[in-house]
Amino acid sequence: MSEFTSVTEALLALDADKLLGEVDKYLADGANADAILNDGLIAGMDIVGDRMQEGDMFIPEVLMAAQIMGKAVEKLKPLLADDAGSSAGKVLIGTVKGDLHDIGKNLVSMMLESAGFEIKDIGVDVEPATFISEIKAFQPDVLALSALLTTTMPMMKSTIEALADAGVRDSLKVIVGGAPVSDNFAREIGADGYAPDAGSASKLAKTLLSN
Amino acid sequence: MIIIGELINASRKAIGAAIKEKDEQAVRKVAADQAENGASFIDVNAGIFVDDEPDYLTWLVKNVQAVTDVPCAIDSPNPKAIEAALAVHKGAAPMINSISLEKDRWENLLPIVAGTDLKVVALCMSDDGMPQTVDDRMKIADKLVNGLLQKDVKLENIFIDPLVQPLSVNKEFGMQFLDTIEQITTQFAGIHTACGLSNISYGLPARKFINRAFMTIAIAKGLDGAIMNPMDKGMIAAITLGEALAGKDDFCMKYLKAFRAGLFE
Repeated sequence: MSEFTSVTEALLALDADKLLGEVDKYLADGANADAILNDGLIAGMDIVGDRMQEGDMFIPEVLMAAQIMGKAVEKLKPLLADDAGSSAGKVLIGTVKGDLHDIGKNLVSMMLESAGFEIKDIGVDVEPATFISEIKAFQPDVLALSALLTTTMPMMKSTIEALADAGVRDSLKVIVGGAPVSDNFAREIGADGYAPDAGSASKLAKTLLSN
Repeated sequence: MIIIGELINASRKAIGAAIKEKDEQAVRKVAADQAENGASFIDVNAGIFVDDEPDYLTWLVKNVQAVTDVPCAIDSPNPKAIEAALAVHKGAAPMINSISLEKDRWENLLPIVAGTDLKVVALCMSDDGMPQTVDDRMKIADKLVNGLLQKDVKLENIFIDPLVQPLSVNKEFGMQFLDTIEQITTQFAGIHTACGLSNISYGLPARKFINRAFMTIAIAKGLDGAIMNPMDKGMIAAITLGEALAGKDDFCMKYLKAFRAGLFE
């Protein structure tokens, strides 16, 4: 852990008062806000993601951690360096056409955001054409597709094919997830990766972008 | 409790394999086991085989009906697959699982159930996305019920599914569902409700305990249908308790019978 261990620990303990107190203390000591964010808070959320993946932390705890982190980020915001380039990368996320499920997608968005990604969530029931126009406008590094139904899984494949037809497939990594989706399926449809839960999703996005 | 046995679903590995290999005995055994354990409908789902769904669904119906008189619940949004399955289904009226207010689904399935004696599960979902509150759900339920009644589907053949969402992401989701059940059963006397309620515990540990407690409470609010595994003894115990506590078990006879059968040991 970093010099901001106490920040990370307060976040993992889901103790908002302690966390805000620690952040204040570091700021008063002249610490850099970006360092507190990256090495204290985001590092903490990475651990939350690991624990979620291992079944040691559960969704309500992850949500609470994200909420508490949000309070600390509010405090840091006016002090953060003003360059969007410091984000871990840009992620466009949505649930494919014909599918209205949003809970899993929202969790993944939240974990990716907490991990330092810039997120654009374009909602549910998203047409392939909409993904394409959003990709052109937002220029994401990663496209995350969600499908919760066996009947809408084939739409993931159609979406990826549409990206290729539109010439934008190679500009980004595509990751997929949702209850019926598997690693095999992800490979079959030509996605770059599959994540079984929100914790793994942020790790997967980071791994894909570091390669 | 009207139990819709959920085990014959192609997205379960063993069933998916049995369908691919045309293993009649495997499917028949799962059908017979569910019927013996109190299922009122045997759900059949071949959804993962998109192109071959009509053939596979028909094959499932034939094999279920080879071993039991319990009708099927035909689990598909695909009108072609449903029509094919209905064409071979014999005996008591089967169930269609499920219609919803999503435009395509509504338009595709309404003509199939219109003016028939088919039972139909109607899911509280529309193109506006997942309902969040009791009001959202009641608005959809109202349109579903009235739309079905207008097409001569009898009220007692409708099973409204208010849609269970996970407690782990919003602490209100349990009560939103329960209060909707209560309002539906009060507003539309004689209608049924049904759901697959295990979604309530998604994202939490020790799920079976949450599922059982939720079932018991839901019964007190009026839930009378469940899409579940009829061989789940713990859940059957929760149902038996729920019905006794909700005043739906004369002289506690079902409870006592279940006790003597060792259900609570």
